[in-house]
Formats: sequence, C-alpha cells, structure tokens
Amino acid sequence: MTESVMDALGDVKDPEIASVSILDLGMVHEVDVTDGAVKVSVLPTFSGCPALHIIERDIKKVVENVEGITSAEVKFVFTPSWTTDRITPEGRERLKEFGISPPPANHVMGEPWEIDCPYCGSTYVTMENIFGPTACRSILYCKSCKNPFEAMKPVADMG
Amino acid sequence: MTQETLKPQEKKALIELLYQLADDDFLLAFRGSEWLGLAPHIEEDVAFSSISQDMMGHANLYYNLLEDLGEGEADRIAHLRSPDQFRNAIILEEVNGPGTYLKEPDYDWAFTVVRNYFYAVHKHIRLDSLRHSSYEPLAEAAHKIMTEQYYHLMHWEIWFKQLMTSTDEAILRMTAAIQKVWKDFGGVLTLGPYYEDIVKANFIDDENVMKKRWNNKIEAVLKEVGASYPGEPRMERGNGRNGVHTEDLKQATSTLSEVYATNPATGW
Repeated sequence: MTESVMDALGDVKDPEIASVSILDLGMVHEVDVTDGAVKVSVLPTFSGCPALHIIERDIKKVVENVEGITSAEVKFVFTPSWTTDRITPEGRERLKEFGISPPPANHVMGEPWEIDCPYCGSTYVTMENIFGPTACRSILYCKSCKNPFEAMKPVADMG
Repeated sequence: MTQETLKPQEKKALIELLYQLADDDFLLAFRGSEWLGLAPHIEEDVAFSSISQDMMGHANLYYNLLEDLGEGEADRIAHLRSPDQFRNAIILEEVNGPGTYLKEPDYDWAFTVVRNYFYAVHKHIRLDSLRHSSYEPLAEAAHKIMTEQYYHLMHWEIWFKQLMTSTDEAILRMTAAIQKVWKDFGGVLTLGPYYEDIVKANFIDDENVMKKRWNNKIEAVLKEVGASYPGEPRMERGNGRNGVHTEDLKQATSTLSEVYATNPATGW
C-alpha cells in the first residue's frame, strides 16, 4: 500500500517547475499508511513559497485516488530542514531539462558555488541576480552559448 | 519545551516574543513590497520582491506558532488586530518616504538600504540564538528561516557597503539615513516588558548580549567603510514592544488588511 502511495506522490509536480515532482525535490519526509488513512509529512522548500497550498491540494487529490485509501492528510514540518542536497539525481537531471541548473549537492553556505550552463554545460557564466522569478532560483547568463538561464540556489543547513 | 510543558508564565512570555518576531518581519516585508516596480533597477525589483515574499513567509511561520498556542487563526492575527496590539519596533513601520505607492512615491532608497541592512544583521543574530531556543517549535522555525535569511543579509550588505563607498551624494544620503534609523533602532534591539521571563525560560539570549553582538558588527562595518559609529542606538519615539506606535502603522495595517477585512469569513 505504501508503495502505491509513493507511486502516486511521484505524480505531484512542483507547480512552478513542471518537470520535477515533490519526490525528486526531496520534499516528502514521511508517509504513514494506517488502515487506509494516509499521513504525509512534507518539508517546505522556501517558507514563503506560494505553491505550498497547491502542493497540499495535489497530494490529497492523488493519494485519495489510490485504491484502498480512504483519506489523506498533509502536514508541513520543519525538522529536518529542507536543503538542496535532498534533491535526487533524477531531480537534478529534470531541472536541467527545464533549463534550471541544479544546486551543488554538498554546498557549504558562505562559499561560492560552481554553476554550469544547463544548455551547453559551459562554466563560462555570470550571475546576473542571486534572486530570481521564484524564491528558490537565481538568474544567470551563459557567455558561451549566449543564453540566459536560471540556477537553483543552494540551501544548506547552517548547523 | 513543547506546548504541553510550558508553564502559564512562560507561555505568556513566549507569546509576547513570538508577536515581536512575527510583527517585525510582517511590517518590514510590507514596506518592502511597496517598492515593487519602484526599486532602482529591474534586477533589484526581482530581488527585493523575493526577499519581501520570504519575510512574509517568516512572519507566517511565527503567526502559525501563535495559532498553535491558542491565539486564534494566523490570518486573523495578522489582519484583524488593532495597532496597539502590534509588537514590532517603530522604525520598521515607518513609511518608505513621502507619497504613496500609487501617488508620487518619493521613496528614500538610502533609508531602505540602511534599515534593511541593520535589521538583517540583527535578524541573523536573533535567529542564531533562536536556533537553540528551549521552545522546540521555535528552534525548528529559526533553523528554517536561517537558510533563507543568509541570502538577505548578503544582499543588503552588498548594497550598504557599495553605497557607503560610492559617490559624494550617495555617502551624504546614506549618512543621513543612518542618523535617521539610529534614532529608533534601539526598538529593534529590545525584548520589551516581558524581557526577564523570556530570557529566564531560555527562549532566546539576553537582549544585552545580542545588542552587544549587533553593536560590534555594525561598528566594524562602519569602520570598514570609513564612517564613524554614532554610539548606542536610541528609542526616541517609544517602544513598539509595549504597543506604542505611530500613525504609519495604522496606514500600513489598514492597507494590508483592506481586502481581508471586507470578508474575514472567506477562505483565503
């Protein structure tokens, strides 16, 4: 049963990045299935993210459609903190498909991070704005293939 | 400590602290959002609105902790309180400058940079302490907020240092802004009338310790950019933690809550 619920959660996409699911992003913390009642605890990416309500709604929708499930409850929790090292290798690939450079897996806050162009792979890029169209992204420009692109900001636990 | 293990006196002190944390972020996020479309350049517009959105999210986290403690629904706490129930520092409610968002906004960018930078430095110090708070839900929230605050502090530090070492006009305007912010910034650095109970319960470090950290950091930065340290920051217009506020707060909350207040029963 837990397996079917996890399968269903793979269909819940980030409303702002259509190619990645909440599983790819490492947002799902725990799934508890007891007698057909499901409790999903989810780690919010950024605390002001306006997509959280949509994600909550989408989780309920797909999980309650799983055969044998009678109810689904979503809880946002902050322990552990969501950090970008939780993004799966598949998630990283799918971010690139969407034109977003994935964050480094083992980033130490305070240190510069290396960003490759998601289109041509060049490292010859400049940071235009550390903030982007959503809280989790930055805006960059590739001097090799002359494309503007976005990168997901690294977020690491600060101890 | 958890909600269940709080003693009544501790709970009262914790609630006061949470209102301070929430209202500080809420009001400054609102003042930040008023800059949308008016920031010095388009990249700053993107950055500042992102920061304001984050800060609104931080306020929301604290309002939710208050909701868990029986203070009522988070949305109602944010939108339906009267100004004297707010606990934010007065300097954070101050308008961005003459005019309004819609009509002749003669907003002061130097004031905004100074206020946001000074606040970001303090917020960092405060979160660093809150990460070890004895109230676990607060420590968890602080952990989360810290990962985002990191970028805000970096952003405002760049602006502050660049303008302070820029043209004569920039330095003049920044210096005037520092003097203006200094008059009331003491209000950010205080924990208000429940200070002793807040500290005794280990919800956060002693305000004097945090004040010293802030002073040391700002003194060092001012020295770095060749400016002089103006002495202890003051609280000339009163203490917002006591519910003392200016007309600017009334304007802010009525604008903020205009839509919500038309029908609080609606689902938002």
